[in-house]
Amino acid sequence: MSHEAALHNHEGHGHDDHGDHEHHDTFLTKYVFSQDHKMIAKQFLITGMVWAVLGGLMSVLFRLQLGYPDASFPWLESILGKWAKGGQITPEAYYALVTTHGTVLVFFVLTAGLSGTFANFLIPLQIGARDMASPFLNMLSYWFFFTASIVMLSSLFVETGPFSGGWTAYPPLSALHDASPGSKSGMDLWIIAMALFVVSSLLGGLNYIATILNMRTKGMSMTRLPLTIWALFFTAVLGVLSFPVLLSGMILLIFDRNFGTSFYLSDIYVNGVGALSNEGGSAILFQHLFWFLGHPEVYIILLPAMGMVSEIMSVNSRKPIFGYMAMLGSLFAIAILAFLVWAHHMFVTGLNPFLGSVFVLLTLLIAVPSAIKVFNWLTTLWRGNIRFTPGMLFAIGFVSLFISGGLTGIWLGNAALDIYLHDSYFVVAHFHIVMGVASMFGMFAGVYHWFPKMYGRYLNNTLGYIHFWITIAGAYMIFWPMHYQGLAGMPRRYFDFSIWESFKQFAELNRFISTVAMIVFAVQILFLINFFYSIFKGRKVTVQNPWESNTLEWTTPIRPGHGNWPGEIPEVHRWPYDYGKDGHDFIPQTTPVGADETGTH
Amino acid sequence: MAIDFKTGAEKNKIHPYKMLLYAGLGSIVMMFAGLTSAYIVKKSQSNWLDFELPKVFLISTFVILLSSFTIQMALKKAKEGLQNPYRGFLFLTAILGLVFMSLQIQGFMALEAQNIALTGPRSNSAASFLFVITLLHLLHVLGGVLALLGVSWSAFRAKNNPQNSLPVELVATYWHFVDILWIYLFIFLHWIG
Repeated sequence: MSHEAALHNHEGHGHDDHGDHEHHDTFLTKYVFSQDHKMIAKQFLITGMVWAVLGGLMSVLFRLQLGYPDASFPWLESILGKWAKGGQITPEAYYALVTTHGTVLVFFVLTAGLSGTFANFLIPLQIGARDMASPFLNMLSYWFFFTASIVMLSSLFVETGPFSGGWTAYPPLSALHDASPGSKSGMDLWIIAMALFVVSSLLGGLNYIATILNMRTKGMSMTRLPLTIWALFFTAVLGVLSFPVLLSGMILLIFDRNFGTSFYLSDIYVNGVGALSNEGGSAILFQHLFWFLGHPEVYIILLPAMGMVSEIMSVNSRKPIFGYMAMLGSLFAIAILAFLVWAHHMFVTGLNPFLGSVFVLLTLLIAVPSAIKVFNWLTTLWRGNIRFTPGMLFAIGFVSLFISGGLTGIWLGNAALDIYLHDSYFVVAHFHIVMGVASMFGMFAGVYHWFPKMYGRYLNNTLGYIHFWITIAGAYMIFWPMHYQGLAGMPRRYFDFSIWESFKQFAELNRFISTVAMIVFAVQILFLINFFYSIFKGRKVTVQNPWESNTLEWTTPIRPGHGNWPGEIPEVHRWPYDYGKDGHDFIPQTTPVGADETGTH
Repeated sequence: MAIDFKTGAEKNKIHPYKMLLYAGLGSIVMMFAGLTSAYIVKKSQSNWLDFELPKVFLISTFVILLSSFTIQMALKKAKEGLQNPYRGFLFLTAILGLVFMSLQIQGFMALEAQNIALTGPRSNSAASFLFVITLLHLLHVLGGVLALLGVSWSAFRAKNNPQNSLPVELVATYWHFVDILWIYLFIFLHWIG
């Protein structure tokens, strides 16, 4: 039933409408074109998982090349055909794999799969709303994402291959059809897929913002919101303000590609084509527009993980989150700074060094809110009565990775160091740990923690522990050595290092990294088996609030229907972090404040 | 199962659809902020063509200003419950939107007539920027015209003035927004460009 009717019809009417709606649920409206935020969340999650497998598999393939540059794998040719002639991945295929891996993991998995899933699932449940502000736009958001996925997937099968100029799509590689095989129809499909993706994430983000600001239940003031919701709110704000800038950058790119304009292209000389007829375009302009999204995008990926980790840590430490307002303030500070640091990706573009120093300062400022968050997580754990559930382990793993990866951010934020380290494996190590793996851990933490709410069953714990320990050990074994490779000057994006005398020493290390990458990938398959098996055969949830948590989602029935609460929406009387208070292990948000209670939030 | 989708706190707040619209306007602002700042960056570099903005863009500015007045009148009449003037002003606004769009296209043609290519190999990015920015604004106006026609359609079909003035309020807010956006772009292109 539309929200419109809900607001403007009075009680009796609303009831009837919804009653009808329940009767008419078909397979199509319940599972496919569903407007229930919980189903849309699952659609995002499972689509994101499909992409995670594909994107992960791509990384295994290019790691195979990096680890075993001389070997020949005939089975590769039977899968990839001409892209692996003679059993060895071709350079063109290597770049296509790296580009698609980056695009898919950043946008389709860690943006749509992460905030698409958990914003949809948690926002209405945790703020006490029946559904999103506009369930219809919410449904459209998923279907735009789905269409984007199909278009991106189809780009893998075109004859000239998918786009291969890097996930950042810098011109001229992205603007000129003749620049590389992947710049032909592969790039056309890439840009269409990304445009659809931007629409999807805008529709989603607008909904998340409107829902959080307007649809909270009685008593749920902004400072009583769980930190998950705050993090998802800032994520949505970042997306809504930065994706349009990427879109405008891509529109100019489309004009350069197809209509002969000179925004990014100038009279450069292209082998086999000669000098272009374009005049005066600036490729750096695209970088500015791209990174104005690109840097907030990092936080779009990271903030939802931060929010979920805060919630999961508090629940499983049986302690209030340490420094709620400081957590909130640092989320806000990160969101503001996210828009002011984009040029630190461009220190080697010939940026004015004085301008660069401003960006250095602003970049290093991010360390302040980040450190506040880290200390607050650690002090939340401190002397807590910790329950090491798989979700909690992944949350702790997130903090570990965020520290390890964040510290190298301080290196790279310095222009003087960045000029040396730029485009080396040090950068690869940094962003994979701090953004890629850390956010994956946040996502895993969320899946393990909220799976009982999503499907009414538990995931298998033993498989969860195996999944966690191998993944965290593997993540460090893969990315830790890359720091040293980067410091030694090993550049990223190279197809084969074996022909350089200076990098031959890393042959064995590369093989080690590749082997670990394959093991870690295999363990993710184990997680998928656990996930899909548990949906149907997992141990059933029999109590309403299995984690003894304070937040509202656990006041719904074990398998909530559309509308979430069968009766009235509960009223909220306190913040969500009353754990271990006045001799009570936990006090749900719905419990009224007692007369003799000590200070309340 | 009987479920009332209304929450307790909603009544005193602005409607969620309005909130959605405001956030959406914020994202449109960012899109044009991105484009106009790219314009400024590009202008400061070499090879920038200076040219006069065709007069027709000034006329279109007056047209869209007038349409803001008519949509405001439509809103007022809707709230007063005067069905016929409401329909009239609503439809008039849609017509003015179409007039605005055609004037913009005439502006493009006027530039081409002066031998200033908007796209293609002979184009200068000064003209291309004007074209892309104006075209994207045009598409946003088109969206507004379609919404206006949709609201007009239901206004002409309805026997009585609708109880629910939300659709016309939303469309009026959006229409004022594209108006103000164009005035900003016109001033920007005229004085900065």
